[in-house]
Amino acid sequence: MHTGRETYLDWNATAPLRPEAAAAVSEALASWGNPSSVHRRGRVARRIIERAREEIAELLGGVDPRGVVFVSGGTEANNLALLGTDRERVLISAVEHDSVRQVLPTAETIPVDRDGVVALDALDRLLAADPRPALVSVMFANNETGVIQPVGEIASLARRCGALFHCDAVQAAGRLALDAGAIGADFISLSGHKLGGPPGVGALVVTGDLDLASLVRGGGQERGRRAGTENLPGIAGFAAAAREAVADIAAYDRVRALRAELEAEIAVAAPEAVIYGTDVLRLPNTSTITMPGVAAETQVIALDLDGVRVSAGAACSSGKVGPSHVLAAMGVEPALAASTIRVSLGWSTSEADIAHFLDAWIALRRRHRGFSERARAA
Amino acid sequence: MSPRQLSSTAANTPPIYLDNQSTTRIDPRVLEAMLPYFTEEYGNPHSSSHAYGRIAAAAIEQARGDIAALIHADPRAIVFTSGATEANNLAIKGAAHFARAYPQGEGARDHVIALQTEHKCVLESCKELEREGFQITYLPVEPSGLVSLAALEAAISARTLLVSVMSAHNEIGVIQPLAEIGALCRFHRVLFHSDAAQAFGKIPLDVEAMKLDLLSVSGHKIYGPKGIGALYVRRRPRVRLLPLIDGGGQERGLRSGTLPTPLCVGLGRAAAIAGDEMAEEAERLRRLRDGLLRNLARRLPGLRINGNTERRLTGSLNLTLPGIPAQALIEACPAIAISTGSACTSASVEPSYVLRALGLSDELANASIRVGLGRFTTAAEVEFAADALAAAASGLTGRGGTPT
Repeated sequence: MHTGRETYLDWNATAPLRPEAAAAVSEALASWGNPSSVHRRGRVARRIIERAREEIAELLGGVDPRGVVFVSGGTEANNLALLGTDRERVLISAVEHDSVRQVLPTAETIPVDRDGVVALDALDRLLAADPRPALVSVMFANNETGVIQPVGEIASLARRCGALFHCDAVQAAGRLALDAGAIGADFISLSGHKLGGPPGVGALVVTGDLDLASLVRGGGQERGRRAGTENLPGIAGFAAAAREAVADIAAYDRVRALRAELEAEIAVAAPEAVIYGTDVLRLPNTSTITMPGVAAETQVIALDLDGVRVSAGAACSSGKVGPSHVLAAMGVEPALAASTIRVSLGWSTSEADIAHFLDAWIALRRRHRGFSERARAA
Repeated sequence: MSPRQLSSTAANTPPIYLDNQSTTRIDPRVLEAMLPYFTEEYGNPHSSSHAYGRIAAAAIEQARGDIAALIHADPRAIVFTSGATEANNLAIKGAAHFARAYPQGEGARDHVIALQTEHKCVLESCKELEREGFQITYLPVEPSGLVSLAALEAAISARTLLVSVMSAHNEIGVIQPLAEIGALCRFHRVLFHSDAAQAFGKIPLDVEAMKLDLLSVSGHKIYGPKGIGALYVRRRPRVRLLPLIDGGGQERGLRSGTLPTPLCVGLGRAAAIAGDEMAEEAERLRRLRDGLLRNLARRLPGLRINGNTERRLTGSLNLTLPGIPAQALIEACPAIAISTGSACTSASVEPSYVLRALGLSDELANASIRVGLGRFTTAAEVEFAADALAAAASGLTGRGGTPT
């Protein structure tokens, strides 16, 4: 049944490199100096990095470029935010990415409601319960469900209690117009490869005048906040992708319409299917879908054989297949959670891609139901 | 984005590049290997359930194998990092933090030994541990830049956890007696870490013969990409570390974060090429370097070479031109890209702490330049550079310098 057509719908795992980013990577590979060298090659490299810092500042609606700290990716940015401040208490939401959840064993958990949205009253109570200075870490949008958090309100709550606020905006950046002022976070994490830049680069953006203890120490690069020779082509590609994402943010209106079509078709074809977060604000590109009774791994492999690339959740669990902590925190029954896949779209996703996915998904469902019925009859 | 485009972009008569310790130009063969993984094969290597992810994962495993082969290691012992700086931080802080979290045997192991001449990122990692209550010995070196094995052995105590000695030096190019240090460390049951950012791919390294427990390598020092490096972490007997960066549990839990497939592939290819061409390249650089030295020595009588003259990387030179301030010399030679020392500190006006550890006065240290020849350095470039340096040096001397 595989037609040879390839459909990539795993954009929350990684996105293809934008052509503009490819050009910037190529150009930076040609200017291969060490940005810390004082000779001309070094100075050319330094200029590329400082220009990139400005582009990343623009991605967040124009923060002070000096607050942009280039790191190796979103995971390092999250680690740096949690470990680089000396706050005694750290509060994280129950649906954070593993790169936030696994960092501090002592972190306290802020619960979420059945849609996966942080319970603001619970956060308020947690903050009031302990006077020690805290750091609150809540993501802008979830990587598995796309559900968007009320970050502005979280920021106000945090500020009122003297807490710092870190926001992992890795999945939201480049898919929604972001404004650091409206987010109200002290630290914002970004990743290059999720918005069409190369992998191996990201940033932690410090919006105010805050100290940050370096995780990786050495030559004092990035104003002492992140040592190591800068990943020059990576940084240049990241910045170009960010610029293009800002310019082309309207593409996500089209993506939103494609997702609406996908979810409407699923609802018609499979009344038993469950789609999450549809009643709350979500990223325009993410759809989390349960096909009851069919293991997520079975679905992903069957779709893969048909040329459709999706995933059963976060890619970073590196092979381990475990229940999703995100769905569990939302109160989804384990049996349903284990039959859930993540479909994530991007700027170049087409009508034909959606049709390909729907054909494959519906055929899989039909095969499975036929099998179940035959099994029951036998 | 092709190697061809790359060379045409770089054609606007750049200065002659003799700063290959700082960073190297990416080899077109490395670039060619990386390109498909930037564009067509962009899957997340951790998305093991679909084909895109599996293609990326296979390419990464091939690279891991190429890196391991160059140091005679088990591929599973290779942990990708964002570079040698991170690898050094992970090795030193990771081993110390593990020892503190899970003490073994009777006494606490809370002592680390590093040479005074280690790279900044090793020294800064040690300083961080010092603030956390660890004991650090910053071991002096011989005037040649080499470690004294007797001094090292004397510094090792029952509390010593780890010894960190750079394989080949970034400023002076000297190669340390790794096998001897390894034997000493193994005998005293101390972990042996070496920062091989400059040595990997340039001299033979063998983690078994040299009894290395931890070895840091870098991509951009061997004509590979920036933003990638690796740490070798011995499996038998197993060396345990606490990660610096936690999250999805990639790299066997030692280094979380999506692996950058094109960069991993680039490091692997760079390692494979370096392995294939090591002997030939080292010999070619030796001839170029000897020519440069002869040429300069003839015209600049007071010239001194810093660091042991035998045990050194063939492409690396650190020279003192007494009475001639290095900064002025570099400014007088805009057609040559050289440096006064490590790029990480080259913007600072402080004399090199490395040269001072060799016993040079501030004045002599400030009269020193670092010359790094590399894979793409030609005989004509070296000849031109020698002429330019000698002429500029004579000019500076003529203006009132007092050569000794």
